[in-house]
Amino acid sequence: MIEINNLTKIYGNNTDKALELLRKGISNEEIKKRTKQVVGVRDASFTVKDGETFVIMGLSGSGKSTLLRCINRLIKASAGEIIIDGRDVLTMPAKELEELRKRKMSMVFQRFALLPHRTILDNVAYGLEIQGIDKEERLAKAQEVIELVGLKGWEDAYPQNLSGGMQQRVGIARALATDPDILLMDEPFSALDPLIRQDMQEELVDIQEKLRKTIIFITHDLDEALKIGDRIALMKDGQIVQIGSPEDILLSPATEYVARFVENVNRSLALTASSVMVRPRYVVHPKDGPRTALNFMEKHGLSTLFVLDRFGKLKGYIKAEDSSELTAQGVKDLAGIIQTDMPTTRPDSPLADLLDVMAYTKVPIAVIDDNNKLQGTLVRGSVIAGLAGGRGGDK
Amino acid sequence: MDSIPRIPLAEWTDALIAYLQSNFGTGTQAFADGLEGLIKGLQGLFIALPPEFIIIVIAIIAWWLAGKKIAIFSLLGLLFVYNLGLWMVTMETIAMVISAVLLCMLIGVPLGILGAKNETAHRIIMPILDFMQTLPAFVYLLPAIPFFGLGVVPGVITTIIFAMPPVIRLTDLGLKQVPEELIELGKSFGSTFWQMLIKIELPLARPTMLAGINQCIMLSLSMVVIASMIGAKGLGGIVWRAIQTLNMGKGFEAGVAIVIIAIILDRITQNLGKSR
Ligand SMILES: Nc1ncnc2c1ncn2[C@@H]1O[C@H](COP(=O)(O)OP(=O)(O)OP(=O)(O)O)[C@@H](O)[C@H]1O
Ligand SMILES: [Mg+2]
Repeated sequence: MIEINNLTKIYGNNTDKALELLRKGISNEEIKKRTKQVVGVRDASFTVKDGETFVIMGLSGSGKSTLLRCINRLIKASAGEIIIDGRDVLTMPAKELEELRKRKMSMVFQRFALLPHRTILDNVAYGLEIQGIDKEERLAKAQEVIELVGLKGWEDAYPQNLSGGMQQRVGIARALATDPDILLMDEPFSALDPLIRQDMQEELVDIQEKLRKTIIFITHDLDEALKIGDRIALMKDGQIVQIGSPEDILLSPATEYVARFVENVNRSLALTASSVMVRPRYVVHPKDGPRTALNFMEKHGLSTLFVLDRFGKLKGYIKAEDSSELTAQGVKDLAGIIQTDMPTTRPDSPLADLLDVMAYTKVPIAVIDDNNKLQGTLVRGSVIAGLAGGRGGDK
Repeated sequence: MDSIPRIPLAEWTDALIAYLQSNFGTGTQAFADGLEGLIKGLQGLFIALPPEFIIIVIAIIAWWLAGKKIAIFSLLGLLFVYNLGLWMVTMETIAMVISAVLLCMLIGVPLGILGAKNETAHRIIMPILDFMQTLPAFVYLLPAIPFFGLGVVPGVITTIIFAMPPVIRLTDLGLKQVPEELIELGKSFGSTFWQMLIKIELPLARPTMLAGINQCIMLSLSMVVIASMIGAKGLGGIVWRAIQTLNMGKGFEAGVAIVIIAIILDRITQNLGKSR
């Protein structure tokens, strides 16, 4: 766990005065005018949980890189605390800091930062070399991570012979090689072409699924943030203006600034089934009989109806025409006409994955939990409303 | 203006040299003896080896580092020098150049690192280098004599002073040019000062440093020739004697040999930075 309390970074050589003004609530601009000091990060507090992908997002100059570099003390913060494993990074002795950087965390850079005079294998092994691990062992380990990022066969090449996407894979492999708990990634995909970038995002999500590192990931791209972040922090002028899940950010922006940031995003990436589903108001139980079901459907203008058992578990659905036939035959039980070929999904499935299904299904999509209990249904109207930016669903 | 008494800079300088000589005489003497051993050793080696062997080795090195053209030029050029009967003196000159360059690197590289790492050191070193480079060489040929007498050693020492600045400057520059992101990379993995230097900074500064060493070699060669005026023999000695005796032909021959050596050394070391 990383706990950051009231972190402030002021650039300049007379930070005391600036800090004093900042504590009084004077704005960054005013501080700059009065003291010539630049506020990089202003009173940021947050906690990153183990195994979480925490994204920091904001426009250029909002202080993202500064904040990230305070965490491994590449930049020394002016005030505040950075607690990792119960120790404050800001005040720990130099030797302890060195150990922390060696074993506990590693960094991935925007422009890859590969050493041009080393082969891919030796680049990946860099951190292990610094740890003093002997050659055979470190090369074996490096080989392993190179395979993990899909660069097998490129061990002996030099960085300049690789494409940007491959170079960043090397950067990621190098960061993973020391098996750190924490990965600090400063816009790792910003320098890549859009298509390569998407591949890399997906791959990072895959790798994260396997390794469960604590990742702090910086980006200025909201789509990217929504895609990979468990939680997102939005920064403006050195301050964190909102922290929340991708859905929180999208659906309830805390400030005008966040709302504008979120305006143009591809919402299907962030919205999940549960955020746009409709509560299942119209259902029948098998013992209700076809006549009841038929009346119900006629009354509400439905052509299908979900059937639940008495525990609320989804058994299937029935069609209006089957019910009327059954009614005509005088059968009392619905069991014979329950269909089970309806599309189902989980509450946390991204909407993006459901749009295709949405397009061809005649039956509403059933949203069920792990126990097969019906949570809601996806109907076209609410999905479109969600995508269009209104509050999806009626929860 | 004339009312101000003349500042006795010359007298002060003399006094300083006398002071240094009497107080640090033994230290400088030990240094001079060591240096003389190095130069004489190299000269002895080069003269003992058969000329054919040296010529072929240099041609092979030239081929390897600078390509076929330079290799052929080296081969023909050195044969020509041999043919002129200047082989021995050329070897003397090369031994002096190599000694001077080795010492320039030994002293200059650490000073360059110091300058790059420490702003105060940088501010002290750089003006001194400006001074060393702009002061006419003749002016510090003279103070070398009271310390080291006449001969090869003071010649090489003045050469070292004259040729060292580019090594320091370009080491400093090369280290400062290492991209910020790579410095961050090193630090973010917990590299120590020496690990940073050896694994990241020096390898990246290498091409710039080698350019400095190339300059150092060329300056050394030119200074070794001038240093013959205080008795540092070699090719420069021939030129110096030719000037004194107005022997135009002999002087021209030695001059051509110097140019040939200069071209070979320059082309070979120029490509050191580029190879790989
Ligand atoms: N070394 C420095 N000296 C002075 N001011 C700095 C320094 N580095 C950054 N700043 C300032 O601090 C603020 C935050 O910069 P930072 O690099 O953290 O922003 P960022 O969000 O990472 O931007 P980008 O998206 O462009 O990388 C900016 O106003 C910047 O000008
Ligand atoms: Mg940045």
